[in-house]
Amino acid sequence: MSDRIVIEQVTRIEGHARVSIFLNDDGSVKDAQVHVTQVRGFEKFVQGRPFYEMPSLTARTCGICPVSHLIASAKACDQILSVRIPPTAISLRRILNLGQIIQSHALNFFYLSSPDLLLGMDSDPARRNILGVAQEHPQFARDGIRLRQFGQQVIERLAGKRIHPAWVIPGGVASPLDPSAREQILREIPEVKNIIQRTLDWYKKNLNAYQEYIRTFANFPSLFLGLVNKEGRLEHYHGYLRVVTARGSILADQLSVEDYADYIGEAVEPWSYLKSPYYKPLGYPGGMYRVGPLARLNIANECGTPLADQELAEFHCLDKGAVLSSFHYHYARLIEILYAIERIEQLLDDPDILSTSVRAHAEVNNLEGIGVSEAPRGTLIHHYKVDEYGLIQWANLIIASGHNNLAMNRGVLQAARYYVKSAQLTEGMLNRVEAVIRAFDPCLACSTHAVGQMPLAIELIAPDGRVVDTLVRGE
Amino acid sequence: MMTPTATVKTFTIDGKPYSATEDETILDVARENGIDIPTLCHLEGILPTGQCRLCMVEIQGSGRLVPACATKPEEGMEIVTDNPRLRNYRKMIVELLFSERNHICAVCVSNGHCELQSVAQKLGVNHVRFAYLHPRFMLDGSHPKYEVDHNRCILCGRCVRVCEEIEGAHTRDLRNRGIRTMVITDFDTPWGESPTCTGCGKCVHVCPTGALAEKGKSVAEMAKRRHFLPYLALRRRGGK
Repeated sequence: MSDRIVIEQVTRIEGHARVSIFLNDDGSVKDAQVHVTQVRGFEKFVQGRPFYEMPSLTARTCGICPVSHLIASAKACDQILSVRIPPTAISLRRILNLGQIIQSHALNFFYLSSPDLLLGMDSDPARRNILGVAQEHPQFARDGIRLRQFGQQVIERLAGKRIHPAWVIPGGVASPLDPSAREQILREIPEVKNIIQRTLDWYKKNLNAYQEYIRTFANFPSLFLGLVNKEGRLEHYHGYLRVVTARGSILADQLSVEDYADYIGEAVEPWSYLKSPYYKPLGYPGGMYRVGPLARLNIANECGTPLADQELAEFHCLDKGAVLSSFHYHYARLIEILYAIERIEQLLDDPDILSTSVRAHAEVNNLEGIGVSEAPRGTLIHHYKVDEYGLIQWANLIIASGHNNLAMNRGVLQAARYYVKSAQLTEGMLNRVEAVIRAFDPCLACSTHAVGQMPLAIELIAPDGRVVDTLVRGE
Repeated sequence: MMTPTATVKTFTIDGKPYSATEDETILDVARENGIDIPTLCHLEGILPTGQCRLCMVEIQGSGRLVPACATKPEEGMEIVTDNPRLRNYRKMIVELLFSERNHICAVCVSNGHCELQSVAQKLGVNHVRFAYLHPRFMLDGSHPKYEVDHNRCILCGRCVRVCEEIEGAHTRDLRNRGIRTMVITDFDTPWGESPTCTGCGKCVHVCPTGALAEKGKSVAEMAKRRHFLPYLALRRRGGK
């Protein structure tokens, strides 16, 4: 047993996590683990509650992406009712989900990750946050804030409020779209489309500057998993699972989400409260896969919107097979924001979007329901079993961030081996390890530390328990 | 001209003079005159029971507080409906209600339409200083149209009274004592199997919280309709 470095808390991520870096006797990195240190227990305490409470209950898993849970949960409840919900309700849920993706991606890219990219990994940690970015690059910060605001306003205009709206319900949505809300959103689309195109241009121009991170940030072969529609296009609301190999070839396609248990296994590691899902046919841990924006762009043939399709074609040229570096999650997020804006416009242009038929009514007709959607961070699965009265007997939630657990751990180890040299610990060194986690944008819970003020303590502990070195951030 | 049998009492509420006929309570007079006294178990149209104790008022010269809903004014009484002591007690009562069972508004069918919630807002209850007890009660979803979640019940007894006094079925009653008290159907049978329940839904609509709700309603959708009650009560008294 040799020295261990602990990063606690990991900052500028959503939720609470700690990183342990284990050192060999010669000071080189032996192993690294990301510990998710919070236990939530949703699957247990929802037992006995009526199923129609589930969208609102499970939305509380997260204050950043409540909409994702609302949608996966309502879809599971639709199956319990055994109804086909009205097409307008589907379109409205889609728009809500896309609004969510815009605001969440903007949060990660501009608020949480851009300080590393714009100010530098080694810059003063007290200023390495969105406020620091706002001082140095005011227009860039304004763009990020505006994009996030737009996403949040889409949610608010449809669902009544930005966080934890109760609008998505079993059988559809609670109320039809207000024509004035439609006008407002459509009016703002050219402006936000312009912002994201500007950001994408800037990002692509600077891609060369990040070559070292692209090489070392969780850059390894893995599978990629996500939803695509029948035509193999990018899909966030309803579709079929596709698994793509590191070489970019399709390993499995058009898998029905209802059979997820046949494809996805969940391993439990003693050092984390987060389960480690893997692709069953390849076993554990060989079936490691990644989900989220990078995976979605790797598996999709095309986006189905003109501007995003141009960007996707360029993106696919980054690697010969699938794009393997997790640093490119950032790039993928920007393309998805562009796609989401274009897609919202398409959906709102359909005159049927104002239809007042938005809800199907039914009783409990099925004792089991599985709902899936693509959350900002990846494939989200809600699976419930109810009794004849609709009370929840059993629930299983496979959260998007969880799918990436194995890959994220492996990525942290890769970066730690490359950057951490125990003889001369520097803050910037460890920040690079954290930045790998940020690239994955894990949403570990309801809280964000967007301003990066959480104190970070790193301790270098000798085999006898003596603290050899300490670095404290935030003082 | 007064008839010899009619008696009118004169008294003061919060220093102002008022009068009442024999069958009027302090709460009746206060409400007629726009004086706000908070209540939870009281509902116009069914008999008052003074269970929730929120409407307690002070009578000058007496150390004991009395429930305004179940007390008739006496000649010369000086009634106080609002002072720091009463506000403190009322707040505490609401906090104790919140601390006992599970009243998480955000995921409740009655969010935004709940009397417990609005009373708490009105009294400025912004935190609960007592430890939450949260005893776990099972939901009864056996009725085809309605559902009861005892975890949200405040034991006001409105459902019991409306079922007995207006519907005439007396399907509901209370069992146990203290924290274990709960509303039951008949002799504690599942609601869906009750031979006496007529399925009229009056209990659901008089319930002040989300404890009784219509099935199929989602979060914040369960608004209660009670306008029928005074009319039905009037009919029952023979239209007088």
